[in-house]
Amino acid sequence: MKRLLINNKILFLFAFSFMINSAKSQTDIDGIMMEKNAFCVGPLYGHSSWKNYWEGTLKRENLNLGTVSSSMFNIMGNYGITNKLNVMFGLPYIKTKASAGQLKGLKGLQDLSFWVKWKAYSKKMGSGRLSVIGIAGFSLPASDYTADFLPMSIGLESKNLSLRGMADYQMDKWFATASATYVRRSNIEIDRTAYYTTEMHYTNEVKMPDAASFNVRVGYRNNGIVAEAVADNWTTLGGFDITRNNMPFASNKMNATRVGFNFKYPIMFHRQLAIVGNVMTTVAGRNVGQSTGFNAGIFYVLDLSPKKKSDSDKTKK
Amino acid sequence: MKKLYIVLSVFTIAISYSCSKELTETNLEFPALQPASTDINAGIWKPVLLTGPTEFTVAAPAATSTPDYIAQINEIKSFQSTLTSQEKNTVKYWSAGAVLRWNEIMRELVAKHNIPPYQNPDGTYPIPSAANPLAYPQFPFANPPYAARAYAYASAAMYDALVAAWYYKKLYNRLAPYKVDATVTSLIPQSDLPSYPSEDATVAGVMAEVLKLLFPGDQEFIQLKAEEHKRSRIIAGANVRSDIEAGEALGKSVAQKFVTRARGDRAGAAVGNQTIWTQIENDCIARGETPWISQESPKRPGMLVLFGRVKTWLFDSLTMVTTIRPVPPPSTSSQQFKDELAEVYDFSKNLTREQLHIAHFWADGLSTYTPPGHWNAIAAEDFVKQNFSEVRWARNLALLNMSLMDAAIVCWDAKYLYFNPRPSQMDSRIKTVTGLPNFPSYTSGHSTFSGAAATILSHIIPSRAAAYADMAKEASLSRLYGAIHYRSDCEKGLIAGNKVGDYAIQRARTDGAE
Repeated sequence: MKRLLINNKILFLFAFSFMINSAKSQTDIDGIMMEKNAFCVGPLYGHSSWKNYWEGTLKRENLNLGTVSSSMFNIMGNYGITNKLNVMFGLPYIKTKASAGQLKGLKGLQDLSFWVKWKAYSKKMGSGRLSVIGIAGFSLPASDYTADFLPMSIGLESKNLSLRGMADYQMDKWFATASATYVRRSNIEIDRTAYYTTEMHYTNEVKMPDAASFNVRVGYRNNGIVAEAVADNWTTLGGFDITRNNMPFASNKMNATRVGFNFKYPIMFHRQLAIVGNVMTTVAGRNVGQSTGFNAGIFYVLDLSPKKKSDSDKTKK
Repeated sequence: MKKLYIVLSVFTIAISYSCSKELTETNLEFPALQPASTDINAGIWKPVLLTGPTEFTVAAPAATSTPDYIAQINEIKSFQSTLTSQEKNTVKYWSAGAVLRWNEIMRELVAKHNIPPYQNPDGTYPIPSAANPLAYPQFPFANPPYAARAYAYASAAMYDALVAAWYYKKLYNRLAPYKVDATVTSLIPQSDLPSYPSEDATVAGVMAEVLKLLFPGDQEFIQLKAEEHKRSRIIAGANVRSDIEAGEALGKSVAQKFVTRARGDRAGAAVGNQTIWTQIENDCIARGETPWISQESPKRPGMLVLFGRVKTWLFDSLTMVTTIRPVPPPSTSSQQFKDELAEVYDFSKNLTREQLHIAHFWADGLSTYTPPGHWNAIAAEDFVKQNFSEVRWARNLALLNMSLMDAAIVCWDAKYLYFNPRPSQMDSRIKTVTGLPNFPSYTSGHSTFSGAAATILSHIIPSRAAAYADMAKEASLSRLYGAIHYRSDCEKGLIAGNKVGDYAIQRARTDGAE
């Protein structure tokens, strides 16, 4: 049986933020690979909310928004082309809501994401094993939503190309993973012909600054069980601060540092079925909401091999 | 491996999607102004405030044969011999037109300042102070009425100053430097228009002065723009320094008349005070209607409650009350009101993507140039194609912006006279896809502004009349789509705006420019 190699990254950063687009899949951010011909797919539900946010560097609340929350229903999948080359996708449906004020929540399909994950190097080192993994991702809006109604927008509309370098070290049942990502974001088009950032722009096109992110995860990983502490940081490379008492804008300088906990647990025989879950909270930010959220999902592994192989529990690390 | 190639090619496509980030901004694509006519007789057009074109004297210029003039020509040559690419860009930018560029600068200042102040710790709201513009909350809060007034004073002052400038241009008939001296290069299209006093410097002088009143905290930015503008004309070979100095002095003098009017137009008292706010609410209750209540938290006093009493441009206050003021809105207890409320709820529940697009296209809310600014942007794009002279540009923008300010006054008069509640106040299920303005519902400001703008613009460019009417209708309905206005607000607002625009047409027909 193919190992269920799901790890929930749970980013859907939209929730922690006004809207930071990011990869949203279970395995684009961890050091685990699906085996050849295994296809893992499943739904994920997430919820997050914030009451305080950073207006530039100033932390504040907004009585005319109250608590801004977002719910997500995401379908994700991961297929092993080979043991060292995986492809993944994710497609979330998102719904936003403010508990106070009059602004209407929005809902819809957000961004369709694809990743290619390649384990480029794996070698015993000391008493453990070091792997080096490269991940390239691309996402684009899956519906005609608007990014120009923050914080109620469901996404930021840009097409994103991400390149991630990752190192994973496992020693016995314990591991550590660190990765760095550069996200190239395309410009977006909004529903008006002029807008003000720190100056006037006469176009419906908004220049979106690129972004960088860093992710560290440490914990237990054995027999399909994962329990890990996670810390990540998203830094927008450019952009501008929300001015005093203004509303957020898609090309703001949105930064966030979050910490959380993530687990995966196989619940049935042969470990074809697993539950995943996590909680994340924002500890520092700029032009984003101080969000806390959780995700939970169930994933199922199908063996798409041309001919049935005998189940194997061997664990590749 | 083949799969890898497929993957790589997908990413190549993806990269090409996202590679070019440079924006193409429409206003930077405008060509150099090349007027179809110099409007050489514009010196006799009817000014707005000036008693006549000679109210402020412009001294006769020195002859082009004097050493003084020759030295000024050499200043141009000196600039042109060491042209930097930045100087070329500056010349190109300003060549699109002085009136156009300063109108854009105004729009930018409005957008920068169009943010409501954050509350005090005790739940009251601070009021921006013109005497201390850089302290929080910065002065001004350039909301739509403030913006309409700012555009109107600036545009009307530019117009009057240019009428005077044109008078002296024709009188003194000093040729442009590139016509006096063939070795001076003109970096912009040549014109037969006399260059003394400089029309560009006249505009820069007007704006530097008027904006001291309207945007007192942005002086550094404004003065830099004015200096750059004047220098661009010398570098371009279009003006010598004495053309510039005479124009600037004229502009500043004319601006003073407008500043004096502005100080006495009652806008300074438009915020009102607690006694007035309470009185307006009590009057509404006494009529048996449900009064407007601020839905902001903490409750914010209604925006500029006395703006309806500000001095109008195109008609007097009696005319406003007797012939323009909208009829009362449907009573809050009437069946029509209930039906219209239900319609708003319906839009709030079921909005198409196209309707959302319309709501956002016309929203012109926080941190934008406001609806009057949007109509200036629309006008500017069309005027660019008309090849108007600077004085005609100013005249047309003055007509537009006097209409827009008067529309604001008419609308605000109705808002606080009727004090009609917003849909979301009457039905808390109603959620909006645009910010809920903090003032009464009836009539819709967008509709009143748009009705006025479309009417006068249709007179100025008749071939665009149908397009302007469609835009006004769409802007008006956008507020219903946004779930912040009833249909009556939109329809009656448009009608009142159309009436305001008609008064602007009356003026246009008799100002000597047609």
